[in-house]
Amino acid sequence: MPQQPFRSKIAGWGRYPVVDGLQYKSENLETATEKATLSRGLGRSYGDASLPARADFPVADTTLADRLLSFDANTGVLRAEAGASLLQLNRAFLRRGWFVPVSPGTQFVTLGGMVASDVHGKNHHVDGCFGEHVRSLKLRVADGRILECSDTSERELFLATIGGMGLTGHILEVEFTMRRIASPWIWGESERIECLDAMIAGLKEAAQQWPMTVGWVDCIARGANLGRGILMKGRWATPDEAPEAPPSIKGRFRVPMEFPGIALCRPTMKAFNLAYYWKHFQKVRHGIVHPDSFFYPLDMLDDWNLIYGRRGFTQYQCVLPKADDNGPARRFLERFVSAGGMGFLCVIKDCGAEGKGMLSFPRPGISIAMDFPIHAQKTPRLIDRLNELVIAEGGRIYLTKDTFTKPKHFLAMEPRWEAFNAVRRKWDPDARIRSALSARLLGDMQ
Amino acid sequence: MNAVVFGASRGMGRAVARELALRGDRLFLVGHVVDQLAISAGDIEIHGAKAPVRTAYCDLLDPGTFGPALDRAQQELGNIDAVIVTAGLFGSQEELEHDPAFAARLLTANFTNTVLFCEEARRRLLAAGGGTLCVFSSVAGDRGRKPVILYGAAKAGLSRYLEGLDHKFRSAGLKTVCVKPGFVKTGMTSGLKPPPFAGTPDAVARRVVKAIDRGWPEVYVPWPWSWVMRIIRHLPRFCMRRIGF
Repeated sequence: MPQQPFRSKIAGWGRYPVVDGLQYKSENLETATEKATLSRGLGRSYGDASLPARADFPVADTTLADRLLSFDANTGVLRAEAGASLLQLNRAFLRRGWFVPVSPGTQFVTLGGMVASDVHGKNHHVDGCFGEHVRSLKLRVADGRILECSDTSERELFLATIGGMGLTGHILEVEFTMRRIASPWIWGESERIECLDAMIAGLKEAAQQWPMTVGWVDCIARGANLGRGILMKGRWATPDEAPEAPPSIKGRFRVPMEFPGIALCRPTMKAFNLAYYWKHFQKVRHGIVHPDSFFYPLDMLDDWNLIYGRRGFTQYQCVLPKADDNGPARRFLERFVSAGGMGFLCVIKDCGAEGKGMLSFPRPGISIAMDFPIHAQKTPRLIDRLNELVIAEGGRIYLTKDTFTKPKHFLAMEPRWEAFNAVRRKWDPDARIRSALSARLLGDMQ
Repeated sequence: MNAVVFGASRGMGRAVARELALRGDRLFLVGHVVDQLAISAGDIEIHGAKAPVRTAYCDLLDPGTFGPALDRAQQELGNIDAVIVTAGLFGSQEELEHDPAFAARLLTANFTNTVLFCEEARRRLLAAGGGTLCVFSSVAGDRGRKPVILYGAAKAGLSRYLEGLDHKFRSAGLKTVCVKPGFVKTGMTSGLKPPPFAGTPDAVARRVVKAIDRGWPEVYVPWPWSWVMRIIRHLPRFCMRRIGF
């Protein structure tokens, strides 16, 4: 049955920008992607990466194509349709002792999205990005052909697709290797940290002993307290440490409506950050942790993006290359505070080696991510100032989070862009597959 | 539990089958798109259903396929504890008004043939001493409403039939579960604007499995729809004539 696209509002997780776009949605991805200019999954990229370049360019919603196609319990190799979600994989596999090799901070992502963003997680310093564990992809390229690409077949296309923001073709199926885990529970340790130097030293030290680490930073604290926060470390619990019962399905709450703009002003953000910091009153805590609380603390609140109200929000995430001192991270936080930045949540992580994806985000160094509400005039200026600093430090930003970066800044921080573009042009000379992000940053026709 | 699912390739049927698979039930799938059915069987198996998950051809538009498909299921599973029917056609009121042939097909599939399938299932379940017959009707059958006149009429008939089965055969061990979904975001409804209280197939599936386990004769999913429909059922005619719902 030929499908008709339907009109609906399309936005990223930051709820800005919003497009009244056209969508194809079907259990059959091959038909849904036939006339689409872009595929999108659960829409958890923050900015315009999953939005059409123009409102009348249809996009394919992949979320109904979520079947698991094959699984080998000896090797852990799983093949699934691109719309399968991490939530679904965790429900099916966690209690049987398997977990994805790399998990981002939310379960509401599809496999296709995990490849397109080449997601990283708390174990980046050990296991790299998700793309390192992908064996093969089934892709519909711009001329309509459907082909399989991997390290041994159409390798260039494979590497451009990993972290390629969906711009090389429609990802239809993903084959990757699941990880055996000792138990479905986490043994975690968290530590209250007084300042930035201690935080970065703590991350580096923890990376030697723990497979999973991440830091939360109080974005309001300044001066001697700059960079204070909580350092979280974890590993899969051994069977004798873990409770006998598998982790229960956690109840979720829904944010019922858009909060008024006043809800997130300086005092409430200050109060939140202060409360989060001092909730961890003891210096060190450790014990068994529910995997959902460890990996996906924000997932318990459905639609939490509504808290930011009508104007929406954005996240800025950059990676600053390794330096002998903590200068880059300090200069970044100072610039953020001095430019009037007011973060609600800030996450810090030391990254391991660069991945094989041509535009994959992480590289060795310190990654900092922060959420803040959008202010029509101030936010673009703030992002410009942050980007200038990131360029000066030799770092780069994560496109999955980006909404406001200008093309000149992007090109200055991405020398890898030319190689990616060459592959993209080879497979798609007219840039038929494009997004609002590629129109903004790469000059694709709107 | 050993269950037969008619309609597991897509939408809510897929979600209910997965929910049962996650707890390790034994499943048998029947449907009419044979290659898709095989892929769905693989998916259900990977989700945790007892292997192997087998399938049989069964077409809602061809009642002659019902008996043989259920016989195959019985051979495969041994004893059937539950038969779950989510298969059905959908068309908007406009489409159906303008295409009498489609209207005839939808009315036949969603009422006559669904009832005939249930009759085949009922006979087999009763002969084996009882079981659960869980069938997806719709809130559209609760009241004559402008956007779902034809679709709703077939579902109204189906709901009454299931109610009657429950009254007559519950004492003999046949539990009938009539599921009345409100708006659920599936492929069937993609393109329609979701109203408030629109549900996801997963949430619906969890509640349906609970209803099957407990033998609820009627279940609204997602649950707020039971209150919405309670109001709609009691609205006077002059109101129903005015509103577009």
